[in-house]
Formats: sequence, structure tokens, C-alpha cells
Amino acid sequence: MIKNTIKYVAILALGLVACEPEFDNPIEESGTFTSGDLDLSTYVALGNSLTAGFADGALYITGQENSYPNILAQQFALVGGGEFTQPLMADNAGGALLGGTQILDNRRVLVFDADGEPVGPQIYTGAAPTTEISNKLEGSFNNMGVPGAKSYHLAAEGYGNVADVADELANPYFARFASTANASIIADALAQNPTFFSLWIGNNDILGYATSGGTGEDHNQTGNLDPRTYGSDDITNNGVFAQTYTGLIEALAAGGRKGIVLNLPSVTSLPFFTTVPFTPLSPLNPDFAAQIPTLNETYDKLNQAFAFLGFPERAIQFSTTAASAVVIKDESLTDITSNLTMVLAGDPVFGPIAPIIAAQYGQARQATANDLLILTSSAIIGQPDTDRIQDLIGLGIPEDLAAQLSVKGVSLPLEDQWVLIPAEQTAIENARNAFNATIAGLAEANGLALYDVASDLTQAANGGIPFDGGIITSEFVRGGGFSLDGVHPTPRAHALVANGILSALKSTYNANIPKVDPGVYGTVTVSNDVN
Amino acid sequence: MKKLLLLVLFITVTAVTYAGGYRVSVQGQRAMAMGHTGVAVVNSAELVFFNPAGLVYLENKLNVSVGASGIFTDVIYQNSETGISAETDNSVGTPLNLYASYRVNDWMSVGLGVYTPYGSEVTWPTDWAGSHLVNNIDLSAIFIQPTVSFKISDYFSIGGGPIYAIGSVNFNRNADRFATDFDGNRSNITIDDGGITNWGWTIGAMFNPTENLRLGFNYRSEIDIKAEGGDATFANFPNSTNPLVPPNGATTFDAELPLPAELTLGVSYEHKKWLFAFDYNRQFWNAYESLNLSFANGVSSINPRQYKNSSVYRFGLQYQATEKIALRAGYYRDESPVQPGFFAPETPRNDSDGFSGGVSYAITSRLAIDASFFYLKFQEVDASYDFASDGVSFGGTYESSAFGPGLGLTYKM
Repeated sequence: MIKNTIKYVAILALGLVACEPEFDNPIEESGTFTSGDLDLSTYVALGNSLTAGFADGALYITGQENSYPNILAQQFALVGGGEFTQPLMADNAGGALLGGTQILDNRRVLVFDADGEPVGPQIYTGAAPTTEISNKLEGSFNNMGVPGAKSYHLAAEGYGNVADVADELANPYFARFASTANASIIADALAQNPTFFSLWIGNNDILGYATSGGTGEDHNQTGNLDPRTYGSDDITNNGVFAQTYTGLIEALAAGGRKGIVLNLPSVTSLPFFTTVPFTPLSPLNPDFAAQIPTLNETYDKLNQAFAFLGFPERAIQFSTTAASAVVIKDESLTDITSNLTMVLAGDPVFGPIAPIIAAQYGQARQATANDLLILTSSAIIGQPDTDRIQDLIGLGIPEDLAAQLSVKGVSLPLEDQWVLIPAEQTAIENARNAFNATIAGLAEANGLALYDVASDLTQAANGGIPFDGGIITSEFVRGGGFSLDGVHPTPRAHALVANGILSALKSTYNANIPKVDPGVYGTVTVSNDVN
Repeated sequence: MKKLLLLVLFITVTAVTYAGGYRVSVQGQRAMAMGHTGVAVVNSAELVFFNPAGLVYLENKLNVSVGASGIFTDVIYQNSETGISAETDNSVGTPLNLYASYRVNDWMSVGLGVYTPYGSEVTWPTDWAGSHLVNNIDLSAIFIQPTVSFKISDYFSIGGGPIYAIGSVNFNRNADRFATDFDGNRSNITIDDGGITNWGWTIGAMFNPTENLRLGFNYRSEIDIKAEGGDATFANFPNSTNPLVPPNGATTFDAELPLPAELTLGVSYEHKKWLFAFDYNRQFWNAYESLNLSFANGVSSINPRQYKNSSVYRFGLQYQATEKIALRAGYYRDESPVQPGFFAPETPRNDSDGFSGGVSYAITSRLAIDASFFYLKFQEVDASYDFASDGVSFGGTYESSAFGPGLGLTYKM
């Protein structure tokens, strides 16, 4: 009987073990997925805000978690990838403090009104930021993406010196985790002895110029080769970029280390530049419609003067039936202020204020489809410029006339900072093409993988990129590709970037790593937690 | 001989229990040990469930059978394209049964049964890849069935009775494949309702053409579990007046889930110490067309199921080894009611083979202890659910198993 009991127990135990289900071909053991020629045990990602996971105008935890390097690292884990650490912010509000004072804005969220109609992106105010820049994070981080970094910043010593952040001489994001005050990003990256790297840098070398409406300097024009003297809104000289990038690749690819580089997508196809139409002035707006006859009457006299001076193409007119183009100041136009002054002075309508009018319209024209208004211009177009009104009053102009002459984009030409004119776009595009040639050449020469993310962004901006749950486009807010700052990708677009990288790793390094499903990544965040 | 039988028993051992869908066929320890056959077996008060008509042929005046099983289930999932894998962490299922019959006179017996024929307990890792279909589900139903059985003759009897069903459901899943609140917590919905009642009925007949041969028939009606005003909780939705975003918090829901009808035909044959039984179950799963939820906050959820009717073929064997010991073994083949494209991970079951075994030991002439166990081997299946609200298919390879030891007591006098 006891013998039998033992038999029963043994069989019962066997039964329990056999109960565990098992696949015929478990993916862990099937060898389907492989790292190919790569050792992914220590992956270090270098780059700027795109690499850091910056989105909606801020860096915050969930954005970092959905950064393409972090997505990649999770896939790498299937083929021997190691731990991937990130310098996570303290919260999801996204702003940051320096010495207790807020120096970086919170993220933006998409707001709806009480009727369920979309209001648009606004700064989240549901919680105060808690990330203190001067709280140094311990240890090293696999994601070395630093928002704001330009190509030459990666090797800049002291770029993360917290003492220089207040003076804007150092980067607040790098200050949080730089190993020492004098550290550089590249040195901190190399100190981790990466077995594999990714590098996506250079976007800010043109983006700052673009988002500033081209107010900065193009150093391919100035010939300035010293990046230490560059402003944040400048275009980096092509030669400086090539030299910088060569240095980065030499350091990263040293000893045959493998990695991937990403090229630079067109900045002018970003929703930041494509959302506000060049014709935002609609006669359906009753306030504007009421002014159209008076405006056209006044502009008619100005147009006659333009024609008289040989510039009939600068004529300004507003349609009563269709949306009209805004009036801009195009600094590439010949300044005709003095001649215009003389012509207008003869007209009793202008008389003594002719110099003021002439100065206002000396380089003015209406925008065309070739001009790009930046996203933030939507908030100011049609608004009165109160400073300008005071200036005009100070010049002796009656208050009501001063107000009439100070409506932004209507009577007061939009300044350079709100619009990218074709010459500025050309400067950006020329630099980008040169940078991309440098990147492709160095990838080729060093046997590195190259992901042509530029062509994917072109696809997103021209028809969209399909995925299993729909299509990802560059349309602002709705397209799914861009976060609420109009520049940085959504988690779903980060998934696309990760997949693009995985494709490149397959063709260059025979790495067969499963792609992710963009449909499981989110897009923009809705919230009514705003003031 | 005895050793040989033990060998056969243990080779064929393993489980029998689940039928496809959310039917849990563990309604008696003795039947379970024989592949859950019983429509034509006159053995114990388990007949209250298997075939009330047979109660009048029980030898004793009073018969009581009670039992419980512990069911250990495990489901694994993988997708060889995405590299994603997952495994359930289900709690132990505990189907119970209590049956009693009493012979009122020579031609009539009455009985009462309490049993749990439906249930599903599946817990996937929260926020796993299929979380927009299910994170976890716990369905259960208790049937209470008073019964009367009439002997028309020594050859033929009928029986039946009403069924009072008490159902409960707890189900959580994410709103879709990606939505989160501000902090990245996945938006999800939980429904919870219990004490949902409805009535059904069962009827059976038994025909004994010879002393050793019995034929049985049993039909149990469909019972719809209708939740009205059950508790629903919306959690981790972002705080927004976007009309597409429901508010967080408690609301109520209405839903309906059919517990399908089941028809059983069977035969048993007794030869000396041996008893052979065969049952054929037809389960009318086509009643389960769609799981539709409507919430008081205006949200609704349509989940097509389109189950098809399915069959189970059961074989059982009993050997009366000694006066005190009866050995049992069984096998069954259970067809899944799930059609291609409708394989949802909340009831991730495929066609399966069930193996069972068991033993009864008579402690006294009146009291016996019954033990059973089963093992259910499901076929690995590549399947998908193609009717999610976003139109995106979710699929991969599923493999599952179930193991269930059980104990019971049989009392007669």
C-alpha cells in the first residue's frame, strides 16, 4: 500500500511537470533572431533632443521611455542586448528648475474646450516641474542624447558644467549627468566602452536657424570657422561640420567598433514650418473683413508708389472673397525706403508721416507659397503690436492711426523671425545636403550602417507612412508623427525610426531583430490640466 | 492483470476537463476519472447532472456525491515576427459539485444538484501585447438544479428539472493598443458584476435494452447571463473634454453572455468487472455571436465571437479491481468552438485531447472516497483575432494545458 502511494505521488508529480505548455519552436531558442555581426551588450546612443526623447517642447519621463534608443534597446534584449539606462527626468511635467527657479517650460498638451472642440496645444500646468538641474545623477547613461546639442557640442568640454548653465554657456540637460564639470558628451560615452553606438547629430546645426525664422547667421556665407563664436540660431559651416563629424566617427568607430549613423531630414517639411498657411487672413473673420476696404484704399496709394519706383510686384492687396497672404518684411529685397519717402511725401494723405510709412514698407511684400510661416506666428498674426503703437505715437502719429498701422502681418509687416523666405530655405537646404554628404561618406568609409531617415520623413510629409492601424503623416496634431511642438517626433514616430534602424542593421550587419509595431505607440497627449 | 490495468491507467492519465470556450466539464469525480462520461452510467448521484433519468436505477435509497477539483491552467503566447511572448498567471480554478438523490418510491426519485459548469479564469501580464483584448477575466456560474426522475419501466426512465443559474463576471482590459493617461499609465476598463440570475432546465432519458447495456440522452438548455447595471470602472484615461475620451471613474454596464445548451448522447456496457462508457456532447456555441457591452457613460464595445457548435467525444473505462477499489481511466477529444479569425486570448483554447484517471476506495460499505485527475493537452495553434475595434489583427502562436486533481466522497444508504 505504501509502495503504491509512492507510485501515485511520483506519477502525480510527473503529471504536474508535464502540464507546463511548451512551444514546438520557442522564439528564444529557435535562432530566428540574431544580432548578426553585432555585439549589442553595451549600446550607447549619442545625439540631441531626438535621441533624448524630447517631445511636446520638453523632456519628460514617458517621452524618454519612448525614445528610439530605448525602443531599440528593448528589441536588442532579444539578441543579447544589455541593460539600457537613461537620465530620466523627475516627472512628466517636463519643465526644469535651476536653483529652485524654473528655467525650462513644461511640456505642451492638447486642450479641448467644454464643448469638446479642440483648442490647441498649451503648456501643461497640472503640476509644477520637479527636475532640479543641479541635482547630479549618479552613474553613466546609455542614452547620451542631449537636447539642444549641435554637432560640435558633443566634443565640447564643459558643455555640462552646471555653473555655466545660468549664463547659457552650458547645457542644462547634460549638466544633470555629465561625469565632471569639464566632461564632454563623447568622452562620457566612450568611457562606457560601448560595443555598439548610434549617432544622430547635426539637426540643430540648421534647425536653430530655421526656427528663428533665419535671424541667425549662415556661416557658409560668413566663412566663420570657429564654432566657439557661433550663436544658437546660426548655420554651422559645412567645413566645420565635416571636421567635427569626422572627429566623432574616428573616436566612436575606433578599433572597429560598429554603429549606425542617421542623416538629417529636411527641417522645412516639419509641421513647425508647414502648419500656418501663407494666406492666414480670412475674410470670414468679421474683424478683418470690416477693415479690408480701408486697408485696400491705403495700400492702393502705396502700390502706386511701388509701381512708380519700378517694383509693381510688391503690391499689397487683400481679397474680400478669399484668404489673403500676410504682409512680411523680406530683408533680401532692395530697401527702397528713401525713394519711397520722396514719392509718398508728395501725397497729402501721407505728408509728414511719409518717412515713417516708407520705413515700414521699404522691404515689404505679401507672402507667397514659397514663404514658410513658423508655427508660433499663428498666435501673433492680426494682433496689435503695442510697442510699435507707442513708438508711432512718440513720432507724433495720432493714436488711432498708430493702431491701424500696427496690426502684425496686416499693416505691420511680419519681421524676419516669423518667416523663412526662400533665400533662407536655400541656405538651410544647402547646408543639410552638405552635412548629409559628409555623413554618408563617413559611414561608407568606416563600414558603418546608415539610416536614411531623411527619405522617411519626406515620405511622411508627402502622403504618409502606412502602419497596421492607419497612416502616419507630418500633419500637425492629427498626423501622428509629430508632437505638439511641431518639431519633435511622437512615440509612434520614434517607433518608425527604431524600425528604420533595425532595417539598416539587417542589411549592413546581418542582424535579424524583430521590428516594433508603431500602432502600439501613442501620439499626442490630451489634457485639460492647463490654466 | 491488475498491474496491466494500472499501467494502462497511468499511460492514459491526464486530464479531461475543459471543453472549448468557457465550459468547464468537471461535474463529478467518478465521471471525470472516466473521461467525463456519464449519461448512460448508473453509478452515483452524479447522475443529477449527467442524466437525471438514471437516478431511479440507483440501488440505494439515498445517494450523495460531493467533490471538488483544483484546476491548474497555463497559456503561453508568442509571435515569431514581433518576438513578443507572454504567459498567463492564472489562479487555481475550483469547480465544485454536490449531488443528492432520494428514492421516494419504486417509480420516482428526487434529487438536487449544485455544480459549476461554466467558468474562465485567465490572467495575462497587465499591459501585455494583447491587453486591448484582455488583461484578465474571471467568469463563473453556479447551477442549482432540483430534479425528479420517473421510472416508466425497468427499460426506460425519464428525468429532469429546472436550473437556477447564478453568474458572475470580472473582466479588465485596456481601452486600445496605446492610450495612456498623462503619466503613461494605460487607459483601461474593468467590469464587475455578480449574483446575476436566470432560469434554465434539463431533461434526460435512459433506455436499458439489456441487463448490461444502457443508452442515455440528456439536454441542458441555454441560459443567458444578463448583466444589467453592473459595476464598470474607467481608469487612467487622460483628463480631457475630448469627446473621444471617456471620463474616469465608476459607471455601470449592460452585457449578455450565453451559457450554451448542451446535448449528450451516450452508451455504457458492463461486462463482469468492467464498465465501458461513451458519451457524445454537442455544445451549441453558436449562441455566442458577440460580446456586446454598453456603458452608462455612452461608451459601447462590440466584440464579435461567432462561435460555432462543437462536439466532444468521450471514452471511459472502469475496472472493479476489488470489492473496495474501483479504477477508472478515460480519454476525450474536445473540439474548439472558435472559428479562424476569432481566437481571442480571453478564452485561448484550441482543440484538445484529454486524459483522465482515478480511483474510488470504499472506506465502508456506505462511504467511498473518490479521486480523479486529468490532463488536457491542447494543440499548439497559430491563430488571430481579426475583429478588434481598431481593425487590427492580433495573433500569434498559443499553447496551453490544464491539469486538475480532484477529490470527492460518495455516500449511500
